[in-house]
Amino acid sequence: MNEPQHHSPQHYSQLWQWRTPRTKLLLWAGWLALVALFVWCWQVMTQDTIWMFVQDAPSQAADIGSRMVPPRWSYLPELLKPLWDTLNMATLGTLGGVIMAVPVAFLAARNTTPSVALVRPVALFIIVTSRSINSLIWALLLVAVIGPGLLAGIVAIALRSIGFVAKLLYEAIEETDARQIEAITATGAGRAQVLNYGYLPQLLPAFCGISVFRWDINIRESAILGLVGAGGLGLKLQASLNVLAWPQVTMILLLILGTVVVSEWVSARVRRAII
Amino acid sequence: MSALNYPRHWKRPPQIIHHPGWRRALSVAAVVYLVLAIGSLEVDWQRVSIGLERGQRFVMGFLQPDFVSRQRDIVSGLSESLTMTLTSTVVGILISIPIGIGAARNLTPRPVYLICRSIIAVSRSLQEIIIAIFLVAMFGFGPFAGFLTLAFATIGFLAKLLADDIEEASSTQLEAIRATGASWWQMINYAVEPQVLPRLIGLSLYRLDINFRESAVIGIVGAGGIGATLNTAIDRYEYDSAGAILLIIIAIVMVSEYVSGLVRKWVQ
Repeated sequence: MNEPQHHSPQHYSQLWQWRTPRTKLLLWAGWLALVALFVWCWQVMTQDTIWMFVQDAPSQAADIGSRMVPPRWSYLPELLKPLWDTLNMATLGTLGGVIMAVPVAFLAARNTTPSVALVRPVALFIIVTSRSINSLIWALLLVAVIGPGLLAGIVAIALRSIGFVAKLLYEAIEETDARQIEAITATGAGRAQVLNYGYLPQLLPAFCGISVFRWDINIRESAILGLVGAGGLGLKLQASLNVLAWPQVTMILLLILGTVVVSEWVSARVRRAII
Repeated sequence: MSALNYPRHWKRPPQIIHHPGWRRALSVAAVVYLVLAIGSLEVDWQRVSIGLERGQRFVMGFLQPDFVSRQRDIVSGLSESLTMTLTSTVVGILISIPIGIGAARNLTPRPVYLICRSIIAVSRSLQEIIIAIFLVAMFGFGPFAGFLTLAFATIGFLAKLLADDIEEASSTQLEAIRATGASWWQMINYAVEPQVLPRLIGLSLYRLDINFRESAVIGIVGAGGIGATLNTAIDRYEYDSAGAILLIIIAIVMVSEYVSGLVRKWVQ
């Protein structure tokens, strides 16, 4: 006969504890595994590191720092054309990216795609490809293919923007209110009219917000695309780095910083006005 | 009551810019800008048309990737990238937690708050690639500079989001723990941590993902990793190897995005 087990209070710990011993053990094992993995990775990573250079780093930093100040203000007029190029690269690239992203987004959204089994995976693959390759790598490829210059930068920015804009836009499309679409369809509207009067009003604020947000990111990215030969401020940065003209480097970095701050402010204002 | 006055056509009112004058002015400005911007482009169409043939070869390389002939370079670049990603994310998280707590207005005194927020601002405003250029100049070529770059960038990203999260955490729970006479550390441990931990885990995984993508880029300026291998492959016009590297990057990003999505769903 089994007597019902009687728990006397002393079997319980007097202290309240968050987790059971078993989960605690598992948690510790998990942490231990993570630490072991970290140590292993650290060893693999640093096996070729020359520690002398690392020890030397503070003095190197002090040296570069002392060369960087003061910035060479007289270099500023020379930077205005590259700045204009950078802004154009970001803006035209965003424009191109957005134009290409819209159809991709409609093909990727579950509720507007013509075929969930065939078309949607292709659209999703385009989005992932565009998103997982940084614009600098796109630029590297395009400079090799269509030659150095602004066009390579614009196309790189556009290709990179497709994934970002299309992903956010297709999520917005999937969140649209189905009843409004149904109401428009019920009036006998054609496909274009459903798009125009059903989807567009619901998507427009999100669309403008996403585009401006991406434009802001693209300004940052286009400033450095010149490092691989795609024109703009990055080209000047590369040229100054090559001749170790550190005061010019400081000037360029200050200009990039200023541009980024201004574009961030503009995009925040626009987004607040729209949404 | 005649139906004559009733409008027969309906025109959708504008959704975003309501004032007609502003609308007209903005569209004129946009056209002027586009004309100026496109006018200032200097495109060498001859070079582009030569390039198209090369582009075709690249697309072919992407469709028929060559994983084998540069296998050793790819493997070493990949192992550098992956180890760099993991170590930099771990170190970045460890440093960003105290900075994030320090940058939360509801937990820390004003001077600490300002110091931590300015660290975050510096880390966020500099692009990874620019940091990498400087760190390579200081620490020499190789993955160690890349590790430092990614760890530095992680600090700005995670500490800011963590601090914003803590500031949004429910103050009633903080007050309840404080009312029991808990010390500051106990308050962090029992009131703040349970509220922000799930999101912190999610953000850390997201950052791991970003760091891998960035590790493919900073190699271009000499900070090691798969980016350096890719750069070499493109410089040598070996588009089939470059295609293979890009496919590997895409595959790893896809897998990590999927896994981090699963873990985030499980944690929250």
